[in-house]
Amino acid sequence: MADQLAIGSRRGLKPALPLLLPAYLWLTVAIFLPLSAMVFFSFMTDLPLAGKEWAFTLGNYEAFFSQSLYSRLLLSSLRLGLEVTLWCVVIGYPAAYVLAKVLKGRSREAIFLLVILPFWSNGLVRIFSWAMVLREGGILDTALNAVLPFKINIDLMYSYPAVIIGLVHSYVPYMVLTCYLTLQAIDDSLIEAGRSLGASRRQVLWRVIIPLSMPGLIAGSALIFVPVVGSFMEPRILGGRTGTFYGTVIEDQFAAVFNWPLGAALSFILLAVVLIILALAAPVLRRAG
Amino acid sequence: MAGVQVANVSRSFGAHKALDDVSIDFADGGFYALLGPSGSGKTTLLRQIAGFDFPDAGRIAIGGESVERVPVEKRRIGMVFQNYALFPNMSVADNVAFGLSVRGEAKATIAAEVQRALDLVQLGKLGGRRPHQLSGGQRQRVALARAIVTKPRVLLLDEPLGALDKALRVDMQIELKRIQREIGITTIFVTHDQEEALTMSDRIGILRDGRLVQEGPPEEIYDRPQSEFAATFLGDANIFRGDATGSGIKLPDGTTIAASTGASVPAGAKASCAVRPERIRISTGAAKPDPANANTLKGQVSKRIFAGNNSTYFVDRDGQTLKVIVQNTGAERLAEGQDVVLSWSPDSTVLIA
Repeated sequence: MADQLAIGSRRGLKPALPLLLPAYLWLTVAIFLPLSAMVFFSFMTDLPLAGKEWAFTLGNYEAFFSQSLYSRLLLSSLRLGLEVTLWCVVIGYPAAYVLAKVLKGRSREAIFLLVILPFWSNGLVRIFSWAMVLREGGILDTALNAVLPFKINIDLMYSYPAVIIGLVHSYVPYMVLTCYLTLQAIDDSLIEAGRSLGASRRQVLWRVIIPLSMPGLIAGSALIFVPVVGSFMEPRILGGRTGTFYGTVIEDQFAAVFNWPLGAALSFILLAVVLIILALAAPVLRRAG
Repeated sequence: MAGVQVANVSRSFGAHKALDDVSIDFADGGFYALLGPSGSGKTTLLRQIAGFDFPDAGRIAIGGESVERVPVEKRRIGMVFQNYALFPNMSVADNVAFGLSVRGEAKATIAAEVQRALDLVQLGKLGGRRPHQLSGGQRQRVALARAIVTKPRVLLLDEPLGALDKALRVDMQIELKRIQREIGITTIFVTHDQEEALTMSDRIGILRDGRLVQEGPPEEIYDRPQSEFAATFLGDANIFRGDATGSGIKLPDGTTIAASTGASVPAGAKASCAVRPERIRISTGAAKPDPANANTLKGQVSKRIFAGNNSTYFVDRDGQTLKVIVQNTGAERLAEGQDVVLSWSPDSTVLIA
């Protein structure tokens, strides 16, 4: 790696340009230009389509601050992001630990495949299969009633827990993968060294393994938290009436109400808030890592 | 501080017998080397003593207390790993403090003990550094300080000098020996480097295929190896195979070799003799019979390797190549292809059953 850096600094950026150009050209055309258009839209009174009248305005941003509904929804979306991230840590980290440090060979590959599988299935299919499991008279309800001697009624459909379940299922693989990578890089002899110094397995976990897996936990959390805060599919399908979140409101502006300027403004406010949160968290997280 | 007794310990991994009925007594305060080629079971034995792995059968005692089912964290041992295994998320001082801090010692006590340990390994000023800012030799010292600061009963070292370059290794050998003497801790040291084993330890145990081949002080093993393997693994040896005569062996071509050390083998049984290359004299003409060097063989120099202070001659004789090491005394050097006479004393000839 030192050699590569040395070569890079000696030759400068020029020889790297042909390698960088395709990616940056693509990013410019496919992301930067449309995003700029969205910034533009967010300051408009209406879409400049079909000869409609339009003017510049700050009204779309003002709407966020003048109506408490939006900030309330944003707060509940942030809470949703936090909760889903937390569950992903609680479920994903132990799985990553077992994959990286306990299992070997074929059984590791098999379990790994099961973790990745949700990635390979269509998101909608995944969510609708949860709907089949969670609704009254659904798979979970029927199965529990078949086993238990007393009658219970499980209807999680259209509830906050259903949204959490669906989102955790969609995003937990990110946590498993990022944590697996950092855990695998931790030398087993560090664990043995800790124990030879008189530390119990639990002490080794808290004082050596978890601090060393911080980069994976942080990367996984960022990968999960950001999209969950803006998510709309899982809340809409699994949450029903309780599933109104910031993301679903944005989606409504684009898909139902056709108020792109407001949708765009709300999106950029979300982006700003997420960036501020990540920036505030960075120094704390860096110290922990 | 305490001695370690290993009695009839066996350990198998599947069909592979990593340790097969091994017994060694490590006396209190001694410096032991476990020497053997890779796969000989030396590291497995060390891991049984440390408690990372439990034996299938046998007994392990530290300071007279049976520990073969006690997990590593309760054995009060100190261990230095081959790759040092320093915690990369902690400073040097925190690494050394780890063992004391998990025990819940007071902060002031920890700080004082850590400083003492770092001073002992001559790193007193580097407590604030991170492991990745240290050289290999410094990491080694930190690992040692971390292992001894908890005042363990035994110090276990798993090829600790393997990752260092030659010059640094010699420094660390001296340093390690000094520290071991200073604190008087029983030390068990795994290595595949015979020179390291010879120069550092009070006693050596040679392992092969999971069995203890020979155990004793370095001089004893070198001068009186009990097997061809011990003779050739620790140092160099010329091996002759033949039939025992009662006072030596008779080679297939009728030559007799007298041996006055080693095992006693009944006449007629198969036996071999080992002779160290530096014990053999090499000369050109037929010298006068010399009772002190009664064993003589004729041969032809096939190769000479000059190494400054000595030369190694490879001498061909009846399908066998013998090795002879001659000190550089200024005497005339022999040419390749020259006919020579080799002679050595029966006292330098070890009979092996």
